[in-house]
Amino acid sequence: MVSLDTIVQGVLLGGLFALFALGLAVIYGVMKLINIAHGDFIVLGAYLALGISGATHRSPFVVLPIVVVVFMLFGYVLQRTILNRTLGRDILVPLVVTYGISVVIQNVLLQTTSADSRSLKVGSIETASVALPGGIAIGWLPLLTLATALAATLLLEWIFNRTRLGIAFRAASDDRETANLMGIDDLRLYGYATAIALGVVALASLFMGIKFEFTPDIGPSFLLYAFEAVVIGGLGSFWGTFAGGIVLGVAQAIGFAINPGLGILLGHLVFLAVLVLRPRGLVPRSASA
Amino acid sequence: MSVPPASAGFVVQRTTGTARIALIVGVLIVLLLVALPLAGNSEAMRLVVEFVCVLTMAQMWNFLAGYGGIVSIGQQAYIGLGGYALLALANHLGVNPFLSVPLAGLLAALFAIPTSYVVFRLAGAYFAVGTWAVAESYRLAFANVQVFGGGSGESLTALAGIPRATREVVTYEMGVALGVLAVGGVYLLVRSRIGLALTAIRDSGRAAASAGVDVQRTTRTIYVIAALGAGLAGALYFLEQLQIGPDAAFGMSWIPLMFFAVVIGGIGTIEGPIVGTLLYFVLRQYFSDWGAWYLVALGILSIVVMLAAPQGLWGLVARRWNLHLFPVRRYVDLADESGRSHGDLHP
Repeated sequence: MVSLDTIVQGVLLGGLFALFALGLAVIYGVMKLINIAHGDFIVLGAYLALGISGATHRSPFVVLPIVVVVFMLFGYVLQRTILNRTLGRDILVPLVVTYGISVVIQNVLLQTTSADSRSLKVGSIETASVALPGGIAIGWLPLLTLATALAATLLLEWIFNRTRLGIAFRAASDDRETANLMGIDDLRLYGYATAIALGVVALASLFMGIKFEFTPDIGPSFLLYAFEAVVIGGLGSFWGTFAGGIVLGVAQAIGFAINPGLGILLGHLVFLAVLVLRPRGLVPRSASA
Repeated sequence: MSVPPASAGFVVQRTTGTARIALIVGVLIVLLLVALPLAGNSEAMRLVVEFVCVLTMAQMWNFLAGYGGIVSIGQQAYIGLGGYALLALANHLGVNPFLSVPLAGLLAALFAIPTSYVVFRLAGAYFAVGTWAVAESYRLAFANVQVFGGGSGESLTALAGIPRATREVVTYEMGVALGVLAVGGVYLLVRSRIGLALTAIRDSGRAAASAGVDVQRTTRTIYVIAALGAGLAGALYFLEQLQIGPDAAFGMSWIPLMFFAVVIGGIGTIEGPIVGTLLYFVLRQYFSDWGAWYLVALGILSIVVMLAAPQGLWGLVARRWNLHLFPVRRYVDLADESGRSHGDLHP
């Protein structure tokens, strides 16, 4: 039942989950904020791509840069106007505010686009695959998703470890007040972090929209996948998040192979098992990080 | 923590004149509600039962978040478990359906004990989303259990032999009892030692621990109590609905009810969830034909409240008129020679 093919397809699915999770990890890593609306942003991005691609008669791949730029701006503005006001207070404030944003996005989409399910059409690449020995077929699209997730992970690792911006991010994450004293404008910095996160979310939107039929209310389940990948991965590095996505993808694929009703549930159960057995995740954040 | 005798020069006041009047008014309202079935209006009775269910869920969520600082997005796990426990007891084990409601609440609380050992691995915002994953796990698990009808659920056939009028009245009176239990129970708990310990933990877990509070045991206790309340509310709700399915039981639509009622009404007070639940029912009555725009408005309202007036509507009222219907504070009266007292030293 659990064949090599199941594992391979799980890894490919995991690439999408990793892409879901990276944006959540950026925001949490820099400002300890869990964005409950994260999944709804993914869905919103897919509707935006659908709208722009419909209006311009261009492929969703072609309009992707526009979606990325719009989302980065949106992220910056959202952080500066609303999310920054929720920081440094008790955890209830960011949770309630981002939950409120989630409800607003879902219901605005419901009213403006109807509850019908949609998907992004990108033509023949959707079904094209390359055959491997052993009867395993690897779809080009899942492969491209995985490659994008890898590239995004590399890019984020580079930004956080090699650039001045990344050093500032880590400084503000470790000690906001001292970072302030060193001349870092943390509120603007958080704006940049959310812009980067939503740029990655726009990438996730595209691949989600091609793979899944989406409806306005599907976002929360993506939030859960993203969150589970982040927790499974640990907070040590974006590679942990990437690995968490892969673990979750493989778990779901195995579940689906056993019984279609079991796929998502097995993902949740693996998450809960990691929580009990290894609560700091696969790549824990070291005490001195 | 014992109260020194009055001869020590001060008296600890735990109630106010307003609160005594509020208590009398509250008792009158409850008596009126108890007598409502005499009017024989089943529509009104159904509405009260639904109101009590939402109020109980909101009170429990507020007990956790507002007093304990434990924010859960997964309390629907216990609403659903209460509902399914009712189904299992009444339909499958032949227990009297009305007796099944309190038992179902206890079963939900029982499930909360092992669950707490998993979710308390997480703290803060992580805990919140972790509880949500647990609730989703329960939903998907019950969708796979064919004994309970799988994804489409099951009707409460155990009630088929009971005359409609009896069913309605008994369900209704149980609802009134649950409402009193939820409001009164949380009130008494908050005024008790547990309440003091909770407030201490909410403000600083470490400081509370150093003052001798067993943080782990206290948080676990209130988590289980909140599950009991949510389980009772869920069981009663589905007793009223006469059918249950995994999406209705464990679905995400329960979350905004609790969030909005507590946040808009006023978190961290007993009055807040009452005000918020009332407001929710009034708004739903008048704006439900606006469709989803009405939820958009509630979402925006909760964001605005949280950012601009985090103490909520009741918090504004309480501050403006210094009005506390359910006082949980301890007022220390220092009587000096002239007999005058100086209150409110010890919030």
